[in-house]
Amino acid sequence: MTYTFWILLTASLVGISCGIVGVLLILRKMAMLSDAISHTVLLGIISSYLITNSLDGFYMFIGAAIVGVLTTVFVQLLNSAGVQSDAAIGVVFTFLFAIGVILVSMFARDVHIDVEHSIMGEIAFIPWMTVDWFGIEGIPQAVWMLGFVLIIDLFLILLLYKEFKLSSFDPGLAAALGLPVGLLHYVLMGMTSITAVASFDAVGAILVVAMLIAPGATAYLLTERLHMMFILSAVFGVIAAVTGYFIAAWLNASIAGMMATMAGVLFLLAFIFSPTHGIIAKRFSQRKIQQVDIET
Amino acid sequence: MNPITANNITVAYHRKPVLQSVSFEAPEGKLIGIIGPNGAGKSTLLKSILGLVPKASGDVNIYGKTYRKQRQIVGYVPQRGSVDWDFPTSALDVVLMGRYRQIGLFRRPKKNDVKEAMSCLEKVGMEQYANRQISQLSGGQQQRVFLARALAQNAHIYFMDEPFIGVDAATEKAIVQLLSELREQGKTVIVVHHDLQTVKDYFDWVMLLNVRKIAFGPTNETFTSDLLQKTYGGKLTFLDQKEEEGVPFA
Ligand SMILES: Nc1ncnc2c1ncn2[C@@H]1O[C@H](COP(=O)(O)OP(=O)(O)O)[C@@H](O)[C@H]1O
Ligand SMILES: [Mg+2]
Repeated sequence: MTYTFWILLTASLVGISCGIVGVLLILRKMAMLSDAISHTVLLGIISSYLITNSLDGFYMFIGAAIVGVLTTVFVQLLNSAGVQSDAAIGVVFTFLFAIGVILVSMFARDVHIDVEHSIMGEIAFIPWMTVDWFGIEGIPQAVWMLGFVLIIDLFLILLLYKEFKLSSFDPGLAAALGLPVGLLHYVLMGMTSITAVASFDAVGAILVVAMLIAPGATAYLLTERLHMMFILSAVFGVIAAVTGYFIAAWLNASIAGMMATMAGVLFLLAFIFSPTHGIIAKRFSQRKIQQVDIET
Repeated sequence: MNPITANNITVAYHRKPVLQSVSFEAPEGKLIGIIGPNGAGKSTLLKSILGLVPKASGDVNIYGKTYRKQRQIVGYVPQRGSVDWDFPTSALDVVLMGRYRQIGLFRRPKKNDVKEAMSCLEKVGMEQYANRQISQLSGGQQQRVFLARALAQNAHIYFMDEPFIGVDAATEKAIVQLLSELREQGKTVIVVHHDLQTVKDYFDWVMLLNVRKIAFGPTNETFTSDLLQKTYGGKLTFLDQKEEEGVPFA
């Protein structure tokens, strides 16, 4: 397998898993919370390293999922104590992220998880960081991790499709019907956390939120059906990741930065040209309404 | 046995009480209106009965059992404005949501659920819009979809939060028709209502609420200008007009 193949596979896996999880985050209006989680999971990674003394991906996932869910628990606690939700998110997120950064700089400076790598990501190194798992050689660790995460995400979304749908659309009815609304929330937060961790190597903590939010927001503007929104979001995630990589290689720019930029560009295009939600379409239909007003 | 028995319900948001010691017993097979000014706690009362907001004190029984045990016989129509109508889904899909409890965790809707949902859409005159994206429906049509979803719950007791708000005259008529059909089937319907002009036409019983329960009883005994003054304070100009015109309010 060639170097570029692994890069593109990694980028596509990031695009798909972030894309499908992002749909649920968008529909639940949780962009802010996912931004917070994608940062605080750094604390989960470093804690699991300090506790287990290994860089095993599995422990990193567990650590990340726990801290991700803890983030939402703390936010909810502050919130129900009367702190506004965006302020609660801001406080929890900066606090936990800061602890993560401090722990990394104190205890893990010489280990491979250097701060810069986790924060900025570096997909260019991924093809060389292979592991031999299940007797299969030569597959990069990031591809393994992203593959597992994608399977978990897909499995949970398919299993809980209608539950996620109702609790996103109408949490009141979902709770009245007795769906496990709270559990669904934490399952999604766990999915967001492990997806963010698996994507760190490629895009880093700062920009993973762009991959989580932008493709879903783009798909939201373009479709009227939930299953289509998942598919489109995954496709946009892949397009952003792959084109971002090539443009960055061509301009010799930051790969993570260019992927996030392309995700933003796709959103902008949809925002302007979407036949239903785009600003051009809205202008046009407004003018039509005004004309009708004048005529009558 | 009474469909709803509420004992001393108190609800507070951030320590500010929005419902205080509300007790009542709702009679079976009646259309019951809940009225009161904005922020009186009407929506909160419904939510506390359905266990959607924590109660500081008090308890509620549905036919003598807790709500948790009676979910399957209770239908709920939240305020239309409480959901995102740009959500990527169709009218039929929203109605199907009413059956998610019967369908069960992890399971997908079956043909027979779709058929049931379609017939509920028919009951509100919306079958030709089944596949429409919900954002392309008018306010009245959206409300009908919400009602169809409640019908799909196939309940004995219905709670509806301001179903008449922002709907066209045809929809208002359709809803009134639907309410009386539900009553004929012996169902109990509790409706949060804002339009005082129609209270006497629409409801058998009425609750006047403003943080506390001001009154609860048959409409002709309860919907009196005295009690309304007590509920709304001195702001009820339309009542004065009616009295001047010589239409006594009793
Ligand atoms: N989630 C909430 N958090 C804090 N305050 C709330 C919340 N929901 C409602 N309130 C407050 O509780 C009071 C009653 O609200 P509500 O039950 O919606 O009134 P109504 O439906 O009669 O207009 C209002 O003052 C409202 O501002
Ligand atoms: Mg209300």
